[in-house]
Amino acid sequence: MNYSSYIALIPLLPLASFILLGLFGRKYLKELSGIIGCTVLLISTVLSLYAAYNYFFIGGKVNGVYPTLTAVKYTWLQFLPSLAIDMGIILDPISVMMIVVVSFVSLMVHIYSLGYMKGEERFGTYYSFLSLFTFSMLGLVLASNIFQIYIFWELVGISSYLLIGFYYDRPSAVAASKKAFVVTRFADLGFLIGILILGFQAQTLDFNTLIQRLTDTQSPQLLAIASTSFLGVSLLTWALTLVFVGGAGKSAMFPLHIWLPDAMEGPTPVSALIHAATMVVAGVYLVARLFPVFHINGASLHVVTWVGAISAFLAAVIACTQTDIKRVLAYSTMSQIGYMMFSLGVSGWGGETGLGYTGSMFHLFTHAFFKSLLFLCAGAVIHIARSNEMKDMGGLRRFMPITHITFLIACLAIAGVPPFAGFFSKEEILFAAWQNNQVIYVIGLVTSGITAFYMFRLYFSIFWNKEKELYDFHGEGTFSMKLPLIILGIGTALVGFIPFSNFISADRKGLPSELHLTFSIVPVTFAIIGIFIAYSLYFKQSDRAQKLSDTLGGLYRSTYRKFYIDEIYLFVTRKIIFNLVGRPAAWIDRNIVDGTMNGIAWTTGKISVLIKGVQSGRVQSYALYFFGGIVVLVLIFLYLWK
Amino acid sequence: MNLSLLIILPLLTALAILPLKASKQVRVVSLVGASMQFILVFILLYFYWNERSSGNTSVMLFENNYPWYAPLHINYHVGVDGISVAMILLTAFVVLAGVLVSWNVEKLSKEFFFLLLLLSLGAYGFFISLDLFTLFFFLEVAVIPKFLLIGIWGSGRKEYSAMKLALMLMTGSALVFVGLLGLYFNTNDGNGQHTFDILQIAQMNIPVSIQKIFFPFAFVGFGIFGALFPFHTWVPDGHSSAPTAASMFLAGISMKLGGYGCLRVATFLMPEAAHQYSWIIIVLASIAILYGAFATMMQTDLKYINAYSSVSHCGFVLLGIGMLTKTAITGAVMQMVSHGLMTALFFASIGMIYDRTHTRQVAQLGGLLKIMPFISTVFVIAGLCSLGLPGFSGFVAEVTVFMGSWQHADNFYRIATIIACASIVVTAVYILRAVGKAIMGPLPLTAEGSPPHLWRGGEVDARWNEKWAAALLIVGIVMIGVAPFWLNDLVTPGTETMMKNIGKVVMLK
Repeated sequence: MNYSSYIALIPLLPLASFILLGLFGRKYLKELSGIIGCTVLLISTVLSLYAAYNYFFIGGKVNGVYPTLTAVKYTWLQFLPSLAIDMGIILDPISVMMIVVVSFVSLMVHIYSLGYMKGEERFGTYYSFLSLFTFSMLGLVLASNIFQIYIFWELVGISSYLLIGFYYDRPSAVAASKKAFVVTRFADLGFLIGILILGFQAQTLDFNTLIQRLTDTQSPQLLAIASTSFLGVSLLTWALTLVFVGGAGKSAMFPLHIWLPDAMEGPTPVSALIHAATMVVAGVYLVARLFPVFHINGASLHVVTWVGAISAFLAAVIACTQTDIKRVLAYSTMSQIGYMMFSLGVSGWGGETGLGYTGSMFHLFTHAFFKSLLFLCAGAVIHIARSNEMKDMGGLRRFMPITHITFLIACLAIAGVPPFAGFFSKEEILFAAWQNNQVIYVIGLVTSGITAFYMFRLYFSIFWNKEKELYDFHGEGTFSMKLPLIILGIGTALVGFIPFSNFISADRKGLPSELHLTFSIVPVTFAIIGIFIAYSLYFKQSDRAQKLSDTLGGLYRSTYRKFYIDEIYLFVTRKIIFNLVGRPAAWIDRNIVDGTMNGIAWTTGKISVLIKGVQSGRVQSYALYFFGGIVVLVLIFLYLWK
Repeated sequence: MNLSLLIILPLLTALAILPLKASKQVRVVSLVGASMQFILVFILLYFYWNERSSGNTSVMLFENNYPWYAPLHINYHVGVDGISVAMILLTAFVVLAGVLVSWNVEKLSKEFFFLLLLLSLGAYGFFISLDLFTLFFFLEVAVIPKFLLIGIWGSGRKEYSAMKLALMLMTGSALVFVGLLGLYFNTNDGNGQHTFDILQIAQMNIPVSIQKIFFPFAFVGFGIFGALFPFHTWVPDGHSSAPTAASMFLAGISMKLGGYGCLRVATFLMPEAAHQYSWIIIVLASIAILYGAFATMMQTDLKYINAYSSVSHCGFVLLGIGMLTKTAITGAVMQMVSHGLMTALFFASIGMIYDRTHTRQVAQLGGLLKIMPFISTVFVIAGLCSLGLPGFSGFVAEVTVFMGSWQHADNFYRIATIIACASIVVTAVYILRAVGKAIMGPLPLTAEGSPPHLWRGGEVDARWNEKWAAALLIVGIVMIGVAPFWLNDLVTPGTETMMKNIGKVVMLK
């Protein structure tokens, strides 16, 4: 198959749109910007679907496996003969799947924003940032070189910064954007060092060669990296763990998750795109991309598993107590990504043992649908209710039927109720966990119950509960806002039936998809229990929920305060970094280092004042010095001569 | 291509403005002169590439060699390799942008532009010199105008800063001079004659004991120009007091004279000593990088922020040189070019902000994006380049230095590299703090509810000259950031020549 003719257009079109809208959007294009953005992305989406069709159905398997194709490759920056950053496009099952997800969700968000952002002063700028983000994310998933992925990784980070801080005159938005960028930057430091170790040990930065050299048991590079150890841990484990730190930062895994809830300061469609469906799965994608290497290194895979499981559980618990609907969704995102992570962690390689990998990617795929749908619905709700707080909502089903139905579908999907999308993918994940690590399975199971609870807490509080009267109600929203909801709702209801495992598996061979119906009974029961508890507490206005939280007391409060993790970070940055590192550095520089320099200058000046009397111009004094000098010299010589 | 044109052109321009009376004429002539320099440099680049692609592999191109003062074997010897061409390109960009942003200098404008042109003359001369004495001569030509630019057109504690800068740079020059003389008197061209010629000295084997004495003089001397820790303290004061264009020249060009000198003179001519002392250089550079970044975090004045961050960024130049690998040195040169463009852009935008608000205190600013979108965008772009965002030049240069540094398998070098890498986080913190407070956020309002002292009548956002200056520098930054291969291809042959000398000491794997 020849992809090179059009594949590069998929990321480059949004780039072109970014440049065009960035330069002219604000002043000249204005309202037209949205149309341009949507059109460009529509083309990208169609091309992505076309590429996926070609890859999976026309090209298909070669010798029983889906091939890895390098469609485009240019040397961008050559460091050493063997080490260079290339700009390339890699096509394999996961990258092809990802371009479809990214472009499709982005298209939905573009369309939705036409209505949502209408009348915004910086409409053109908004669309140019969206295009930049889409470009970066597409470049990230298509990257053929580990440094290329880092480059786009950073670009994704900056797009997110720009979009979170879009309402730049709100101090909270500014703070949130800064926090997001700095926290992920900190994580990227780990990624960068990991790349340096991996690149130099494997003597290549190219993904294919790197994976091949570090997985072939005969290769000298693998021997070297696995046998070298630093602080008692093998270099390979270090490298992979550091790379994973980068991934954990971007995917908001514990303890680097603190930026994600704050990132909800951005416009809601942006939250749907970036902080739910696409950017935050970059970390999962990175681990999946390097999965063959992770697979041979059990220690780093354990780190992935546990970080994922802890994040999944912790975030779910926190989500139960939050009252801002976007924050609930943010924590649920973190929790679901935790699922994807630990699923990768418990995955093996081929056949049935590799189900974790498939499940993780499948969940990524389905999650993109229902989570973007949830956020877009939340956007519509916030639009109507003029508030993010649950207490300001209630009974909204009467006003917004489409939002209500689609939101319900998404809630059922995320709770894992059949036959909606989330059920299928979560079932695969839990099955994989059951087979490999039953502690993780239990965590996953309990978490899925909690998930069902907090999602339906949200659903009942918004759409049922007390009846709120809306006085200035002008309809549910424009057509451009409703259309994406409907499309995504249909998607959420149906994509679970895609025989995903046929296409994507760790060993690329594909495996027949089967449903373990008897196995599913327990998870579904947990979900239904969760929903039922939420129903009994929040369906009608009552004080039961309040009583419950009062009973829980301290536990409730610390969960509500997100276990004080933010406060700990604040303490470390404010008190330690600023006061104990930054301030002394600045002080030392002004007083010690510069003080020394000024001191030298001052001393020189004083000495010159002291000795300037010597140059008196009086001949008698000179004669005296002259004579005295000779006497001293003679004395020295006499002394030396002895 | 006659390289002397690079010196003659600024000289002629400077002379041409002398008889002029109206400041408008002075500006126009300076702008024409700077534009011609700009075009000339691109012609040079074209010829250079032509020569190289047609297979000319000689170390230096377009050489000219005339005896200047025969008894002391001082020659006017000029020539360029990729490294010099890169630095000359940088100079041309910064000079043109500097002239553009100085458009509204009314006070003694003739003298102002004269000094700017003189400074550019010194820089071009320095970068093309292949004779140590000539090189030193041009170095001095570039120092004097700075003192006057700060002392006369500066702000704040300008006399103190000007004096401090002049004294420290003069000390640097003195050290350099000792180093150069030390080299000179230990050369022997085969006939018992001494020489100042860089290419000839490079071929000689200066005894290691001699190198060990004079390397520190040359390196520290040039290092003072290049903000070598702990001799960097002139940087914050000097920059903050200087007028905008002088800040741009100072950080964009002058500090690069130091880095270039460290490379071309100290390291290239005394490679054994460079190896011996490399660990000290690496330690000092690592300190400068991280400590400079932390010190920046606490600054409250925009110019101080950029000045301290320059200390941190110039640390990368010295780190790259200290690592002594081909990739690291290439990275150091790229960082010089990148930092030069980026910091000039930064100072330009700070100057524009100060022009309109009359304050550089971050705490007093806010929400500038609302009232001056163009200038704010420029500031953000400079900031993003500074924090090493891919797509801008800073990323390319820093990554090249990291890669070159990581080539050493030893833990000492690895730790230094990790320290340098860690600075990218701190940089993000201080840049985003400044951006978040000054550019974003709400507009600070006075009691009457109007934006305070932010209006000086007329247009608030950038004027045509400022737009052009910013656009020019941004184009440079993006050209490197998006397509770094051309700069890499340009610089690499130059670093390979360097490596022939450095590598003959120890072959690095």
